[in-house]
Amino acid sequence: MNVLLFLVPLALLLGALGLAAFVWSLNAGQYEDLEGAAARALSDDDVEDGR
Amino acid sequence: MTMDVDFSTLATHGPDGARRLELALDGMTCAACIFEIESALKAIPDLTTARVNYGDRRLSLEWTAPTFDFSIVSERLRRMGYRARPFERESGERAERETSRRLLRCLAVAAFASVNVMMLSEAVWLGGDMDATTRDFFHGVSALIALPAAAFAGQPFFASAFAALRAHRLNIDVPISLGVLLSLAMSVYETLTHAPHAYFDSATMLLAFLLLARYLDCAMRRKTRAVAANLAALRAPAACRLDADGAQSYVPLAALAPGDHALVRPGERIPADGVVLSGDSSLDESLVTGETRRRSVGAGDTVYAGAMNFDGALTICVLAAAGGSLIDEIERLLDKATAARSRYRRLADRVARLYAPLVHLAALCTALAWLLAGASLHDALTTAIAVLIVTCPCALALAVPAVQVAASGALFRAGVLLNSADALERLAEIDTVVFDKTGTLTTPEPRVANAQEIEPELLMLAARLAHSSRHPLARAVAREYPRAAPLEGAREEQGAGVVAIVDGIEARLGDPCFCGVERDCAAAARDESSVIAFRHGERSAALVVRQTLRRDARDTIDALTRRGLRIIILSGDRTAPVEAAARALDVAEWRGAMKPADKVARLEALRAQGRKVLMIGDGVNDAPALAAAHVSLSPIDAAQIAQAAADAVFLGEELAPIVTTVDAARRARALMRQNLALSLLYNAVAAPLAMAGLLTPLIAALAMSSSSLIVTLNASRAGRVSAARELEGARARSPRTDGPNGSGRAGDESRDGRRVEEEEGIVA
Repeated sequence: MNVLLFLVPLALLLGALGLAAFVWSLNAGQYEDLEGAAARALSDDDVEDGR
Repeated sequence: MTMDVDFSTLATHGPDGARRLELALDGMTCAACIFEIESALKAIPDLTTARVNYGDRRLSLEWTAPTFDFSIVSERLRRMGYRARPFERESGERAERETSRRLLRCLAVAAFASVNVMMLSEAVWLGGDMDATTRDFFHGVSALIALPAAAFAGQPFFASAFAALRAHRLNIDVPISLGVLLSLAMSVYETLTHAPHAYFDSATMLLAFLLLARYLDCAMRRKTRAVAANLAALRAPAACRLDADGAQSYVPLAALAPGDHALVRPGERIPADGVVLSGDSSLDESLVTGETRRRSVGAGDTVYAGAMNFDGALTICVLAAAGGSLIDEIERLLDKATAARSRYRRLADRVARLYAPLVHLAALCTALAWLLAGASLHDALTTAIAVLIVTCPCALALAVPAVQVAASGALFRAGVLLNSADALERLAEIDTVVFDKTGTLTTPEPRVANAQEIEPELLMLAARLAHSSRHPLARAVAREYPRAAPLEGAREEQGAGVVAIVDGIEARLGDPCFCGVERDCAAAARDESSVIAFRHGERSAALVVRQTLRRDARDTIDALTRRGLRIIILSGDRTAPVEAAARALDVAEWRGAMKPADKVARLEALRAQGRKVLMIGDGVNDAPALAAAHVSLSPIDAAQIAQAAADAVFLGEELAPIVTTVDAARRARALMRQNLALSLLYNAVAAPLAMAGLLTPLIAALAMSSSSLIVTLNASRAGRVSAARELEGARARSPRTDGPNGSGRAGDESRDGRRVEEEEGIVA
């Protein structure tokens, strides 16, 4: 079972990374406007016209 | 009518010299508007950032260059069909936003911890052949996750429990904190002594569940507040400030400082308390005092913010602390009433007060019983602690907020914005409804009272002519056909009326003398109303303008009476008009000529009789009464001070939301009680198991989560708030009961259409 000594902390580390990402996005204000974020995904203002 | 409002005074300064301004936006209907607005503003020089918050219907601007001109932005928005008004975030809203962020952060940590600890715990529960070393390893890792997580995520509960204990009170957070701390402490001890059972999962799961409920509750309130603040910003008029050199500039009300001079034209509201410097006029102070008779003012008279200027332009000097006795008195009464209000004890806290000593006693008895039966001290203590863990009030603490979230969300969609968290509980308890008359039972703006006696074609023409004037009486006529096209070449004669040529014949609207029809109008004139005349060639009409009852006032009162509520009208207006309104509405108890202090005294008297009063009012003079009542409601066009004192605000021109609110609150209370009963039932089943020493962490986890889920699912039933059915029926039977909204007229349709649009724009 020695593999657990290695796998469990690894799993926790990955989880902690996710948590850190969430806290970062929260502090960056990404949850201020959930409805707008849904709509902004459809925006194509970052696409060049190709002309 | 364009005016360049100087909003730069409201911008906040960032540390890097950047300036920020937040605007409430009106007219956003779909997501495409985001891109339309942002790309249009991107082209403006000097503007660094323009970002739309679609959920809150707001736009935030940032710029650094001092050359930036705000009027370009507002002009561009106006041309695209949006209305933007800046506003200052009130401190309450800012605090709410901070709280909601903090709760979300705690929730994230608690959820992360509970998921990972659960993963390890499940391995322990289900891995039957697991050796003791592995189990200890899992418990150790769980402790490393759960302890810091609980220390962080448990703070809201620990702080609240500590505050309550220091004040020698018990609230629901006391047993929660105790349960969490004890289960953690016992689990650490068990881990160190290589025992088989640890409760790390219970502690973290509990925190995650409770934080979720609190976050949702907070988020709902925040959204409601944001919408209310937007509405206030969009409705706030700009004041016309006269600078020392005589130049006029439009500024937001907040920018008016004491000593400033402001110009108030006919048809505008007085922007701030002050003294008249020059000009003569009459003021309609119904929003201030409830009095519908107009007061004449001249140089030297004190005027109050919110009064409507009727006849002539006034120049006022803004006063610092409104020396007038009226506002002082209202502030004083308001402070007193607000202090008294905090006596209310919430349902959940009342339950906690009984519940907490009970479970602590049960735990103590368990320990003693086991000791007497010959168990070791360790076994007796762990059993007692298991009792405390399993009775930790997870479901109990969810019972009320879960219902609150569902019910206030549904009310929000129905156009009722709740201000305070416990308003629903208090609303459900009411047995008496006190109405203010002016602006609440009646429409806040005057209307043409005899509209249905006048030929529609003639009235339409009068309305088109009225669109050219800003006079309050003309606007009442214009309101009959809000979408009618103004007449070409109409010309206003100050203080007399409007005149235009229609089909080659002169049409006049205004003072009876101005139209030459004094004789016809003399008959129509009555005590309460103003008469405005209209003549087109040989045809003429006398339009009686006054505040009419809201069109569903009668139905609403009937519906409330049917619910067993006692109805009382208390008005600041004179006795005669109050009596007329009371008779029209079939309300037996009414009183007029009441000062703000009289209203508060009457409410206190009702309270002394054991009555729970719902106060509904809109005027500045109602504010103390709104704060003194058990619970209070205000229409959205109420004075700002009244809205701030009320527990909830309802949108729209009708009173029907009152009935909806009462129904929803009663339903919510029923569900809260059901939920409390369910969670007590859960404890009645789980506690004996724990007392008998049969509880394992697996059973505790299953029982706690299932009871929490049941309570939450039951609460979601509060989300279905339906408009009062009998009111719908009444409206269908007789489309018009009172007021000027004749059925089948073009104006009626467009007015309703616009109102629906407005509400959808706000609520969607």
